[in-house]
Amino acid sequence: MTGKRVAFGFWVLSLSCLILGLLFGMSGSLQYIWPGFLKEQFSFAHMRPLHVFLITQWISSAATGSMYYFIPSVAKRKLFSPILAQVHLLMQVSIIMVAISYFFLGNFTGREYMEFPLWMAGVMILGWILALINFIGTVRPNFNKAPVYVWSWTTGLVFFIITITEATLWQFDHFNANIIRDITIQWKALGSMVGAWNMLIYGSAMYVMCKISKSDEMARSKPAFFFYFLGLTNLMFNWGHHTYVVPASPAIRITAYAISMTELLILFNMIWKWSKSLTKEDKEQHFSYRMLRSTDNWILLNLTLAILISIPALNQYTHGTHITVAHAMGATIGINTTILLAAGFYILFLEKKLPALNTTGWNQFVMGFFNVSLLVFWISLIGSGIAKAASQSANKPFAEIMIKLKPWFHVFSFSGFLLTVAIVILAAPLIRFFVKPQIRRQFVISDQPVSSTYVINVKKQEQEHAEV
Amino acid sequence: MNWKKKTTVFAILFLSYSAYSGWVYTQGTEDNHNLKFSGQEQLGKQVWQTNNCVACHQLYGLGGYLGPDLTNIISDKRRGKEYAAAFIRSGGTTMPNFHLTDEQVNAVLAYLTYVDASVHNNLNPAP
Repeated sequence: MTGKRVAFGFWVLSLSCLILGLLFGMSGSLQYIWPGFLKEQFSFAHMRPLHVFLITQWISSAATGSMYYFIPSVAKRKLFSPILAQVHLLMQVSIIMVAISYFFLGNFTGREYMEFPLWMAGVMILGWILALINFIGTVRPNFNKAPVYVWSWTTGLVFFIITITEATLWQFDHFNANIIRDITIQWKALGSMVGAWNMLIYGSAMYVMCKISKSDEMARSKPAFFFYFLGLTNLMFNWGHHTYVVPASPAIRITAYAISMTELLILFNMIWKWSKSLTKEDKEQHFSYRMLRSTDNWILLNLTLAILISIPALNQYTHGTHITVAHAMGATIGINTTILLAAGFYILFLEKKLPALNTTGWNQFVMGFFNVSLLVFWISLIGSGIAKAASQSANKPFAEIMIKLKPWFHVFSFSGFLLTVAIVILAAPLIRFFVKPQIRRQFVISDQPVSSTYVINVKKQEQEHAEV
Repeated sequence: MNWKKKTTVFAILFLSYSAYSGWVYTQGTEDNHNLKFSGQEQLGKQVWQTNNCVACHQLYGLGGYLGPDLTNIISDKRRGKEYAAAFIRSGGTTMPNFHLTDEQVNAVLAYLTYVDASVHNNLNPAP
């Protein structure tokens, strides 16, 4: 199995997780509408870990697959060890199969987002170590001249190892026998773990953007490294905004609040770049470009929400409501999923040797459908969060609050269904390709003529990839 | 930005992160209330985890939202220990019956009592 085949294997795995994860998510949302639905046969305690685990595996497997695919062309040499990559893939497949079986059987360790048995965390860490060896082995000769996305990928790999290890510390009494410490360390590990996968994903986003613009300059610039280090600082110290309600040292809260405000800089940078790109007239673009434009809008919306809920006076009311879920959904769907789909479409573009234009009516419709469904889904979560916060402040009983929130749950369940349909349609060409990765003659039927400049660009990128 | 500068910035950040983590693992999360966490509380936590209660309930904001936050359920005047015990024993409209033994129910209650008491932890602001 070549490195490329392993990358495709990761993509097949990740897309399978995506579809299954969406199905469990939809089924879980029905338990909000019909409270007794499947409660004795397959309760929310089973449904939620399956949904969360599979979606996190979609993200990490697709990010890993993209990285395995892109690094040989970045380093301009073959993958250091396709065998190690293959072992990593086999480990990942086994972990997912075993975890699903455990969740079905109701065998949990009961740790938030890491409900699978502890030994599996060990296998996961080993998998990331193998990926790191392969990655460093491939890029090492030119690491001192590496662009920012190489730094980003390296950081993601290293911090996956650190944070998964940290999430297992509860095995020791020093952590387990002190609830304040246990909860704080869980938030610390999980918060930074999200930062780690963001590093992997943003690395791929930056790589694809550079390739589309046909210049590596922006990935070597000072601002690029400034924002990378700012992101790294947030990964390391920003997790504390989850712990405002935990009676740990106030210094943790102060640090997190101060660091989270640096995100304002990222936000301003985004707005500036976004408004600048609005004037750009570029009618002939990759479908990946369209995806990344959508990512940009979602970063803007989600970061605004993140900054608002980082303010302690607001966090006091919003924490423990669906506003936190809205933030998580905006990040995993609006940002991470669109970046990963963009990376997938870019791989498809390289492999199929045919352009995937974004200007066709169908593509525009599907992207619009995706964004509108997600926006309604996101607003319904914020709406239910605000309603819950208001009811909690008025000291209403929980059962009464849940009845009051029902209309919001109906909207979020229905828009969640539409969103699932939109994601499946978007992912369909990728599923078709990665399952049977032969070169086909036609991919996206476009009503736009393919310009000669475009063909030349395609050939250039093909050549660059073929050299590896 | 040259290679040396980049690695220096990375090293400084990584060292700060390591030192901060060490502090969070110890003084930053100290239990200065000396709460009892032994046999029953420990078993209660185990029952809480093996039944994946965190999927629906939160403790200090960590967990799912289908059920209520249980951090203060024991000291809550409208709910309290008996109310919690009834739900743990038989479930509710949304909550399944986990068919727990009396020993397990009491252990979960002891654990929730321990969690409830921990909110009075009071640490100094500066590390």
